[in-house]
Amino acid sequence: MPIDILMPALSPTMEEGTLSKWLKKEGDKVTSGDVIAEIETDKATMEVEAVDEGVIGKLLVEAGTENVKVNTKIAVLLQNGESADAIGSEAPAAAPKAEATAAAEEAKPAPAASSAAAPVPAQPKVEAAADPDIPAGTEMVMTTVREALRDAMAEEMRRDGDVFVMGEEVAEYQGAYKITQGLLQEFGARRVIDTPITEHGFAGVGVGAAMAGLKPIVEFMTFNFAMQAIDQIINSAAKTLYMSGGQMGAPIVFRGPNGAAARVGAQHSQDYASWYSQIPGLKVIMPYTAADAKGLLKAAIRDPNPIVFLENEILYGQSFEVPKMDDFVLPIGKARIHRKGKDATIVSFGIGMTYAVKAVAELEKEGIDVELIDLRTLRPMDLPTVIESVKKTGRLVTVEEGYPQNSVGAEIATRVMQQAFDYLDAPVLTIAGKDVPMPYAANLEKLALPNVDEVVQAVKTVCYK
Amino acid sequence: MAPTKTASVSGRKTAAKSANRNGSKAVSKEFTGKNTPDFGKDEDLHAYREMLLIRRFEEKAGQLYGMGFIGGFCHLYIGQEAVVVGMQMAQQEGDQVITAYRDHGHMLATGMSARGVMAELTGRRGGYSRGKGGSMHMFSKEKHFYGGHGIVGAQVSLGTGLAFANAYRNNDSVSVAYFGDGAANQGQVYESFNMAALWKLPIIYIVENNRYAMGTSTARATAQSNYSLRGSGFGIPGIQVDGMDVRAVKAAADEALEHCRSGKGPIILEMLTYRYRGHSMSDPAKYRSKDEVQKMRSEHDPIEQVRLRLLEKGWATEDELKAIDKDIRDIVSDSADFAQADPEPDVSELYTDILL
Repeated sequence: MPIDILMPALSPTMEEGTLSKWLKKEGDKVTSGDVIAEIETDKATMEVEAVDEGVIGKLLVEAGTENVKVNTKIAVLLQNGESADAIGSEAPAAAPKAEATAAAEEAKPAPAASSAAAPVPAQPKVEAAADPDIPAGTEMVMTTVREALRDAMAEEMRRDGDVFVMGEEVAEYQGAYKITQGLLQEFGARRVIDTPITEHGFAGVGVGAAMAGLKPIVEFMTFNFAMQAIDQIINSAAKTLYMSGGQMGAPIVFRGPNGAAARVGAQHSQDYASWYSQIPGLKVIMPYTAADAKGLLKAAIRDPNPIVFLENEILYGQSFEVPKMDDFVLPIGKARIHRKGKDATIVSFGIGMTYAVKAVAELEKEGIDVELIDLRTLRPMDLPTVIESVKKTGRLVTVEEGYPQNSVGAEIATRVMQQAFDYLDAPVLTIAGKDVPMPYAANLEKLALPNVDEVVQAVKTVCYK
Repeated sequence: MAPTKTASVSGRKTAAKSANRNGSKAVSKEFTGKNTPDFGKDEDLHAYREMLLIRRFEEKAGQLYGMGFIGGFCHLYIGQEAVVVGMQMAQQEGDQVITAYRDHGHMLATGMSARGVMAELTGRRGGYSRGKGGSMHMFSKEKHFYGGHGIVGAQVSLGTGLAFANAYRNNDSVSVAYFGDGAANQGQVYESFNMAALWKLPIIYIVENNRYAMGTSTARATAQSNYSLRGSGFGIPGIQVDGMDVRAVKAAADEALEHCRSGKGPIILEMLTYRYRGHSMSDPAKYRSKDEVQKMRSEHDPIEQVRLRLLEKGWATEDELKAIDKDIRDIVSDSADFAQADPEPDVSELYTDILL
């Protein structure tokens, strides 16, 4: 039966074009790949090739015709033994439609249009589990964040042979910030791997290994250097599960110090909290205490998803109580109420908590009872805990070190405004780093970062005091 | 076919010269037409069928694109079929394949179903990614196909990671990472070469040199257009292969796989090939002459070469080849019918497969 040749779409956006020239005439034999016509789109002149073999039975659109809509029949191809008489005078087609080209007509209109009208389904809610109970009488051990992170990795590496750590200076050097101290000695060079200085490459190697089922921990000497690798983190690690329809993901942890250290200048002092926490397909963790660092890193290593684990160099040496338990794992996606209070809520995370904790103590002296929430995980974000607190206090201040525009605080303020507007007694205030590249000079650097007084003043402002 | 710029005979093991300087083993085995090991009847018939499937599939995909059933970008593999088919003929179960966005041929060669690939192209639920990936993003754990990647060069590091996993597990598998002459200028390719050579990872880097990175010819884009030499600074040997001759590809693949499996680390195969169509559906390919394309099609077509051999040697009659053609057309038609009739993904799929 005759095959219809249709006006093709030759770009993602083309709807019509000019049929500028026929290169075959009626009666010509064509075979797959022969150029039969030229079509002018808004961008270029394109050649149209025949897909099937046959004889051109009829040309239905004259050369030079403008505005020919995509999918208009432009010619009819006859197959072996068919005569042009078989073609109806108006349009061909009455024949049964076994051929895919013809069947397509029935399936019209094009799929894009059909899906546009469907309502957007609700985003499913994921409830995070509560923190595990710590049995009464559990010994609490003062531990630095540095040791807690190391212990978390060591415990998980003992537990699972597929877990390995790679990065610059993680093995022989024992870690640029000594987070991997002792791991090479215990686990050997097969599982504790020094890489060349090649962030983009080794991030990709890590993701590839994760796609093959291993569970890499990729250490970036700092997340500032991970900008070289951000394509692999986002385009390869975060999106593959979705793009593969759930077939293949990347169980990988990217970890390392993030944000400003001290006096290292603009290129080594950026906080990536808001960058990574925007990306669907990632989980983003930014702990403050040693216990959270340990419990959440262990959870991150076990998690089947790609995780960005943002540490902080200044916090590495700080000590906190960590419960002495065989397997202390915390839930990802659950905020921790650091201190209960009733007058105002501060939400912070990571190093931001250091300002908040001090501000809360100052405010207590002045009779303001602050509830302090440590988000711990930025994605998925435990907004319900924040909303609950705001319902109680009616006032909210967020604290972080990152840049102010599109900050994590800006996101929290938006969502609280949308979900708890009636409970707010004052506009939400967001304390962040200043809108400048980090300066080197000590006095300017101090100004560029948030400070305790700013937090104190912000809380007083939302309390109208 | 001869390479574009270098005067060397295609198929010469090019590491030889540089190897003397960097200490890696120098082998000079030629894969010119004369020395190319012949296929037996079964191999030729298999190669013919597999390449024809890719050709017909891609033609049909182009047609469905023209009809609006396939959206976005669609990069056809027509002309390059011998590369994936020859490689696949040499690989063993468990070897991983990863490539960039011109990936339909790779998927069909690994044994992924025409229906599943075509339905992904039309964005339907029966597609390999349930309609959520599209032309450039498909995967099959079962067939060890790791994508389908849209960021030029990213798959080279990922493929190196697959090889890392093989080395970590100490299994016998080899990662086969394809990239184009365009991707060969990306920095992470060399970061990957360095690590693969350093750690002796079992990986074959395949440069599909089809002469054009989108619309930029290799001559205009690259200081060293002999891509088989690109690993020499890392001591990675390279072979230039006539990528239009499936036998040459298979022979090079055999050697490269043996190299990797015997623990010698990575190797580069530069496949001298040609894409007949534009870079994507909307590329009129004005950056090259019609004669150039026509010459390649008429003198070096990978499928025609096998077809003529089959006829010459009396391994198949015209009628038998026609029967194969019909069989392939049926498979492709069936895949196109399926891909048009299959429903789009349920709207609830919008929010699935983001996290496990």
